[in-house]
This record gives sequence, C-alpha cells and structure tokens, in this order.
Amino acid sequence: MSTEARNPPPQIALKIRRILGGKTGWNGVAVQFAFAAILGWIGYEIVSNARANLENQHIAAGFGFLSNNAGFDVNQTLISYTGSDTFLRVFVVGLLNTLVVSVVGIVFATLIGFIVALCRLSPNWLLSRVGEIYVEIIRNLPVLFQILFWYLAVLAALPNPRQSISLLGIAFISNRGLVIPSPIGGSGLEPFLAMLALGVVASLALRFHARRALFREGRMIRIWPTVLGLLVGLPLATMLVFGVPFTFELPQLKGFNFAGGSRIIPEFVALTLALSTYTAAFIAEIVRAGILSVHKGQMEAGASLGLSRGATLRLVVVPQAMRVIVPPLTNQYLNLTKNSSLAVAIGYPDLVSVFAGTSLSQTGQAIEIIAMTMGIYLLISLLTSAIMSVYGWRLSRSLGA
Amino acid sequence: MSDIASSSFVRKDLLTERPAPVKTTGFVGLMRTRLFNSPTNILLTIVGVLLLWFTIIPSVRFLMVDAVWSGKDRAACLTENAGFAVGACWPYIQAKLPQLIYGFYPEAERWRVDLTFILAAALLVPLLVPRLPAKGLNAGLFFFAFPVVAFFLLHGGGIKGFGLSWTAGVLELFDDSIIGAGQAVLGVSKTSAVPPVLWVVGNFIVLVGVAISWLILPLTWLRDQIQGAGQPVWGDFAVTTVIVSLIAFGLGGGWRTGWRALASSIATFIAIALVIKLMGLDRGGLPVVTTNLWGGLLVTLVVSVTGIVTSLPIGIALALGRRSTIPLIRIFSIAFIEFWRGVPLITVLFFATYMLPLFLPGNFTVDGLVRALIGIALFTGAYQAENVRGGLAAIPRGQGEAAAALGLSWWKTTSLIVLPQALRHVIPNLVNSFISLFKDTSLVSIVALFDLLGSLRASFSDPKWSTPSTAFTGFAFAGIIYFIFCFGMSRYSLFVEHRLNAHRRN
Repeated sequence: MSTEARNPPPQIALKIRRILGGKTGWNGVAVQFAFAAILGWIGYEIVSNARANLENQHIAAGFGFLSNNAGFDVNQTLISYTGSDTFLRVFVVGLLNTLVVSVVGIVFATLIGFIVALCRLSPNWLLSRVGEIYVEIIRNLPVLFQILFWYLAVLAALPNPRQSISLLGIAFISNRGLVIPSPIGGSGLEPFLAMLALGVVASLALRFHARRALFREGRMIRIWPTVLGLLVGLPLATMLVFGVPFTFELPQLKGFNFAGGSRIIPEFVALTLALSTYTAAFIAEIVRAGILSVHKGQMEAGASLGLSRGATLRLVVVPQAMRVIVPPLTNQYLNLTKNSSLAVAIGYPDLVSVFAGTSLSQTGQAIEIIAMTMGIYLLISLLTSAIMSVYGWRLSRSLGA
Repeated sequence: MSDIASSSFVRKDLLTERPAPVKTTGFVGLMRTRLFNSPTNILLTIVGVLLLWFTIIPSVRFLMVDAVWSGKDRAACLTENAGFAVGACWPYIQAKLPQLIYGFYPEAERWRVDLTFILAAALLVPLLVPRLPAKGLNAGLFFFAFPVVAFFLLHGGGIKGFGLSWTAGVLELFDDSIIGAGQAVLGVSKTSAVPPVLWVVGNFIVLVGVAISWLILPLTWLRDQIQGAGQPVWGDFAVTTVIVSLIAFGLGGGWRTGWRALASSIATFIAIALVIKLMGLDRGGLPVVTTNLWGGLLVTLVVSVTGIVTSLPIGIALALGRRSTIPLIRIFSIAFIEFWRGVPLITVLFFATYMLPLFLPGNFTVDGLVRALIGIALFTGAYQAENVRGGLAAIPRGQGEAAAALGLSWWKTTSLIVLPQALRHVIPNLVNSFISLFKDTSLVSIVALFDLLGSLRASFSDPKWSTPSTAFTGFAFAGIIYFIFCFGMSRYSLFVEHRLNAHRRN
C-alpha cells in the first residue's frame, strides 16, 4: 500500500490540443481547417479573377508604374514638384498635404473644442446653452455636407481679390483663398534659431532638475523667471547682436490678384474650417465628460489641504480628467486625419485626391494604388493605437492598479 | 418649576416677519442665479447675447423674413427684381424637390418609392415604440421581408426560379470553381519543382469537385425538370415549400413537437406566395428602373437602411469570432475588424468601386450602388463588431456558465442567453453607429452616386436657378433634412438609454 501521491497524467497532449483548437479541442481544429479551406478558396478566386481581368485590360501588375512620369500638376505642394516627376513623388506630395491639413485641423479643433467645453461647463446659463446648440447642430450634420457648405456656399460667396476683405491690412481673404504675409529669412536667422533651440533645451533640462529636486529632496525651485528669460530674453538678445532674423513680406494687390505673401488655397481653408469645427464638437463633449467625471469631493479635498483653487485644478482635477480625456481625444484626432480624405470632394490635393483619384485614373493600377493608400492610413492608425496602448499601460502602472 | 419659569425669558409678542428669501426659481430667479450674479457672469452673458444676435437674427432673416416664396425661375430671386436684399430662394427648392427626393426616377413610377417609404415607416414605428407587442414578428418583417419587397418595388423586374433553382445554381458555380482550381494546380504541377505533390493535391481537389457534382446531381436534375415545365416559378416554389417545411418539421422535433415549426414555415411560404402573386413577380414584375436613375433622399435612405440591416449580422459574427478561443478564427476577426476600422470610408468606397470588380469573374458585373453597399456593409460591420463586443464583455461569466450547467450547447447559450442581454446593453451605441452611418452615406456622392447631397450639388449647376443665394438655400434645406434624421435618432437613443437604466435611477 503506497501512500505517495500519483503523478499527474501527462498534459502535453492536452496543451497541444488547447493551443491548436482552443476550448473546443479537436472540433476547433476541424473548424479551423474548414475555415482555412474557405479562405484559401476565396483567395484563389480573387487572384485568378484579378489576373484574368488585368490581362483583358492590358494592365501590367506591379509597382513599376511608380517610377513613371506623372504628367499632371498639383496646386499645393510642400516639396518641389513638377509635372515631370514620378508617381512616387505624387504619393509623397499627397501624403504631406494630408498631414499638413490634419495637423492644422487638429490644432484648431483642440482650441475650439476646449473653448466650447468651457462654455458648456460655464455656470452662465446662456453661454452653456450656446455651447449646447453648437454641439448639437454640428454633430448632427454630415462632415462632407459641412465641407461642401464652406467651400461651395461661404467661400464662393466671398468677393474677388480686388474687393477682398482685409484683416488689419496684413492678410486678405477672397474667393481665391487667404493671402498672408510670408516670412523671409534675414541675416540673423541662423543664430536666432540656434539660440531658440538652446533656450528650449535648457528650459526642459531645468524643469527636469526642478522636478527631481522636488521629488527627491522636497525642495521647491521656482523656475519660471529663468525659463522666461531663456525662451524670450535669449533670442531677443541675439536679435540685438546679429540683426533681425526675418522680415514679413506683405501681400500687395497688383492688377487682378495679389503679389507677394503666400497664398493659402481656398480648398485648404474650407477643409480646415469644416474639419476643425466638426471635430471640435466631439472634442468638446469628450472634454466635458472628462471634467465631469472627476468627483466633486476631489476639489473639496484639495481645498481642505489648503491648496488654492488654481493649484487644485492643476494638480488634482486636470490630471484625473486627462486620464479620461486622452484616449477618446486621440481617437478624434485619428478621425480627423481620416476625414481629411474627404478633400477629394472639393479638389484639395491630399493623398486620396491626387493618388487614389488622379493617378488611378491615369494609370488604371487600381489594386496597387488603393492598397498603398489604405496601407498608409492603416499604418497611421495602428501606430497611434500602439502609442495609446503604451500610454494606457504606463498610466495603469503609475496608478498602481 | 417655578424658578425655571421665572429665570427664563419667554417672548410675549410676535417677531416681525423677515423678508422673503431671494427668488431662485422661474425666469427672474434664473436671471439672478445663472446670468447676472457676478461681474464676470454679466460679461459672459453679454458675450452670449452678442453671439446669438449675430447668428440667430441673420439666419431667421435669411430663411423667413427676406426669403422669396414664389417664382418661376432665377429672376424672382434676384435683388434687382425683388427690390430688397434677397434671402432664401424657396421656389428653387420647390422646383428641385422631386430631384432631391427621387433623383431621376421616372415620374410615372414614383408611387413605388412613396409606397416603399410608407411601408418602411409602417414597419419601423411599431418597432421603435417599446410598448407595442409582437416585436419578434415585427423585427423579422422589417429586417428580412421588407428589404426583399423593397428591392422588387424599387428596382422592379421578376424572378425566373425560386429557392431550389438558386441553390442549385450557386452550388454549381461553387463546384465549377473547385474543379477549376484543381485543374489549375494540375497545370502548375507540370512545370513545378515538386510535381508529384502538386499532382496529388490537384487530383484530390478535382476529385472533391467531382464528388460534389455527383452529390448535387439530384438538385440540378430537379431544377432542369422544373425549368422545362410550363410554370417554372410556381413549380419551383411548390418544391421549395415542401422541402423547407419538411426540414423545419424534422428539426422541430418530428411527430412530437414539429407541428409548430411546420405551421410557421407553411404560413411564411403562403405570405411569400401572396407577395409574389400581388407584385406579379412570376410574370416579369414591375418595369425595371436601373439604379443609375435613383437619386436624392431615396439613395440616402436605401444606403443607410441597407447598411443598418446588413452591418448588424456582420458585426455580431465578427464580435463572436473575436471572442472565440479557436486561434485562426480569432486572428482573422481581429485582423478584419482592425483593417476596416483603420482606413477612411472614402478609401473603402474607392476599393469597392475600382478594386472589387477586378476580383470578380469577368462576366459578372456588379451594379454601382451594390458595390458601394458592399463597401459600407463591411466598413460599418467592423464598427458594429466593436460595439457588440462591448456588450458581450458586459455580460457576467455566470450567465454562460449557468447555461452550460443546464446543458445548453454553445449556439443555444449564445443565441438565447448571452446575445439578447448583450444587444440590449448596447442599443444606444448601436444607434450612435447608425447615426454616423447615416451621415457617412453622403460620401457615396464622391463615387458618382447621387444621394441627397450629390443631387443638391448637381442642382447648383442649373443655370436656370443660379442666384447668389441658391447655394445657401440648398444647404439650408438639406441641412434641415439631415438634422431631423440624426437628431431624431440621437434623441431616440437617449430615450432607450434612459429606459434601460431605469433600475439605476435614484
């Protein structure tokens, strides 16, 4: 009679079964085989049909077309581009245009969104109603509707350049777009930029040092006068030594159009206006929900510790609200970037418009071009969600959860 | 007793009344507490009044006061003819209204569109009012019967066969494709480096294909017999009715409990027969109106309703797939969902318009509207999957475990226990997705379909009505329509949310 415990039965087969077929075991494996067979069949159909169809239309598959000459012009380019450049360059030009309208839109959307959120949270009854009306109207109209409204109705109704509306005599808005002064680099540009960069780096280092001192030794260091000196005083001093870093060239009305200054095309203005006001309505709701999610007791606890109202907001309320705000806010930024593809409706030369639109109709390489366009958007959104999951992980770690 | 009374002070006369507290309710109270209680607030109120003054007053002036209400062409809406600064040009909307609602749908056939709208409303309203009974039947009619009827109403045309012919046709196509694939592999095996392996695989696939063709032989033979007879539709209908009813009877439990299933199956088929007879589908049906003639609000509603009806099953399937423990299915669902959620809808529409036709057999053309619908269904399906997954995650594990303890299979647990609760949880989210779907339907105007926004844009180019205020009038009109639909849906979602959280209110 042995009293030793029996060895547990070998679990290798069980584990393999679990890995291969999930909870359902061998049934799961069978389901997977059937599923793989169906996927394989669909894949085969797609490939063979696509091959046959391309042969009928005499289109050569592959990415060779990227090095061909594009042969069309683009009316807003951030990098030099002419009609004799390749389709690859068209792709880059379109991508940069998409990114620039997204970044500008995100900045304005955040600004408007926070202002509207503050309006809605304001104790003033009238102002909170105004904010609510704004949010309800903007959220319940399609974004394409708003883009077309700004482009076809508002901007088209503006006067021509000769009667353009002057904004303080430095910028002019007309149906040909917005003309703003353009900066021209002067003699002192390089030292100015160098000193500015130095100031930024030094201020960051100082902030790091101050936080370290606060957390390690409990010493408060007041850094803002130094930071102000570094960021404003240092460049100003350089300017006095080396001369003005840049001058502004003011736009002048010559004949029927403006000379000088830089022109922002009306498509860009309409798209930025529509995207930023549209996304702002969603951001306002997110910010409002985030601030309301912080319990009233937090404010009272801060006050009972003797913190001032501003300090309580800055140190207690906002950090907790940001935890709720940041993930959906990033989502809205991503939505804005994706919505910028609606530029194709008004002819702003973004990625979809110049690459999936014009280039596709010129070359007929539908599969490659649409795959590239979808791929780049997918890349942007996957990168963002990867960053967000790192952020969420750090947040949950720092909260000790 | 007496010393207490003597030492204490007892008031002999009444106090004078204190003034009433400051009123904090009503309009005056609102003004005191929320508008003018501090200098900052007074300043903010002034800012708010100015904002309203510069937006509301001009809008009202444009839409009502300065508007032109009647006229025949642009001349009526010009400032020099009207004698004042003209606001909205409503005769333009009046003239373009048929185009904005029906597109180029033939005038004589527009009653069909109206009938479809009425049918949809008659089915949808009882579905949305929680108090009304027979939700299951109602939902079945709206989600399954209505789309089919609406298709034959709007598009027209008839049918040449029924269930049996279609099944046989699809199976034949599938079988041909398998045999084709096998022969392609055999062809490759002649030039490849590993001929024996490929030869075996190719022959195996061909063998499977031949076996399937033998299996479906009775079906195809029956189909050929029916198609050869005088009344193919009704013959096919009768055979399909018998087969499906018998299967329902068998699955329902045979002689013991199958009668209910049999009765409901026969009732369904009688209803289908009535519809076929009523619309004359066996005799060619209504005159065909091709989809390139459709437009305006009709296309907007067709696209959004189809999107709503098709995206939900796709979403449920993907959500269940994503929660499955079977690796391949889970990975596929995750990849599928993240792919469609990561790209903008407009590239999906481009994909559906330019890329999808390349993936289909050359003799197989897909209608432009259907292509856009496929794209939208896949795109919205991925978003709905995430909503449904949220609902599934909210159901406690114990529910599934209790069902398993009762001996229910996975399918029964999911369809009877988990999904009904999960879907009820996420109705507000689903409705919010429907709102964004409704707004996103405007994007089909970019791929050359004339929805409400596309028709509006097309109407701007009519020289007969080109005035400075035409664009603003058109946008005001379309904006009001979009706003009514979206705002209505969002209020409904709030109402449902409120109802669902009734037990949590205090």
